[in-house]
Amino acid sequence: MIHTDLLICGAGPAGLCAAIEAGAAGANVLVLERGHAPGGQLVKQTHMFFGSEKQYASYRGFDISDILLAQMKEMPNIKLVCNTTVLAAYSDDGIWTAEIAGQTPNDKPRYEKILPKAVIVATGASEKPLLFPGNDLPGVYGAGAVQTLMNQYGIKPASRVVMLGAGNIGLIVSYQLMQAGVDVLAVCDAAPHIGGYLVHASKLARMGVPIMTSHSVKRAEGDGKLDRVTLWELDENWQGIAGTEKVFAADALCVAVGLSPLSELLWQAGAEMLYVPALGGYVPYRDENLRTTIPSIFVAGDVAGVEEASSAMVTGRLAGLGAAQYLGYDVIALEAKKEDCLGQLQSLRHGHGGRILEGIQQASL
Amino acid sequence: MRFTENTHPILDFKRGAPITFTFDGVTVAAFEGEPIAVALHAAGVRTLATSLGEQKRPRGLYCAIGNCSSCMMVVDGVSNVKSCIELVRDGMVVETQHDKGAL
Repeated sequence: MIHTDLLICGAGPAGLCAAIEAGAAGANVLVLERGHAPGGQLVKQTHMFFGSEKQYASYRGFDISDILLAQMKEMPNIKLVCNTTVLAAYSDDGIWTAEIAGQTPNDKPRYEKILPKAVIVATGASEKPLLFPGNDLPGVYGAGAVQTLMNQYGIKPASRVVMLGAGNIGLIVSYQLMQAGVDVLAVCDAAPHIGGYLVHASKLARMGVPIMTSHSVKRAEGDGKLDRVTLWELDENWQGIAGTEKVFAADALCVAVGLSPLSELLWQAGAEMLYVPALGGYVPYRDENLRTTIPSIFVAGDVAGVEEASSAMVTGRLAGLGAAQYLGYDVIALEAKKEDCLGQLQSLRHGHGGRILEGIQQASL
Repeated sequence: MRFTENTHPILDFKRGAPITFTFDGVTVAAFEGEPIAVALHAAGVRTLATSLGEQKRPRGLYCAIGNCSSCMMVVDGVSNVKSCIELVRDGMVVETQHDKGAL
């Protein structure tokens, strides 16, 4: 059995920032990460961030990950373990279990029990799937997979791409594909307007990429792998209009239709959850400190509601501060730090037609 | 195809040591630090498994971060290995998975 003040599930932007705040307050922190390396999705973000300097605006995502890790390494009271998946939360005795992967597929994994005094769940989100004929063909990817291939591993993912979704992920990945010499044939979105920031959309438009709103995929086809994508226009009831089909010869179709929170641990732990479409799906009720209906369990980042990495870092800091306070550590300038974080969130959430703010309001305790 | 410093505008990819592994008996060149499915993608392989049932539809890389289970392969005799997150090693034996695999 491992005993710790604070268990943090996930070493993405939210988990790392939470660890830094709680660690700075003096808490013993154990951060568990299922991947080979920390940083979450930051490591594949080659674009410069927006926001203010507090969220590392104008730095690229992978640099932000390095900055946070360097800060964390200076604190001996924070322990980070990778290749380790938190499996379960047991609400009867407060024990959490984790699986530590073997070195090779033939090594048996090890299992550990952990008894933390507090937990921050910062597990992130996963890409939503989309139903259409041929969606299982090799060559149909989540947009994040293409970003992983291209930006993390330096593999040219495809030659001719159709992007489904004109939110920020669809727009940014499209731009990164064009930068890397991949032809983006079209970006389409079922909604009648572009969901992402216009600055990203304008860059694509200047490069000659058509952004087709009120359009979606009718089918994907190919012999053993994707060869053709058929898009069509949608009417006001989101139904395809016969006769408007356009066929693209593409070797990749990227699905960027949103993310949904990876909230399994919160369900297991018994946190009260609410379905909030604006936040991507089921999210936990939380107070201003990101504390759930279970007093010892906090949340941070996309699992609390899908936003952006910038917001994830700030909610991570708030959860880290809240957990340190809950654990009884004396946080220097606690109220000022919280005020600062809340102010940052207010401005980061200002856009999006107020949808994020409304969603957070619905899930607030 | 792998990018080089001349073919990518922002990133300078530092690759691990060159290694080889086999895919369905064919030798494939890769670099340490690459997941199996990534190395196979660079080698032009798109089908990693086939679907269960009679249709045997091809299954490829989908999420690349261990969420979706589309990329499960047989690795060194072990079934259901998520090839998008399992790192390739020198001499590894990788096979397309055609059934639900043995435990």
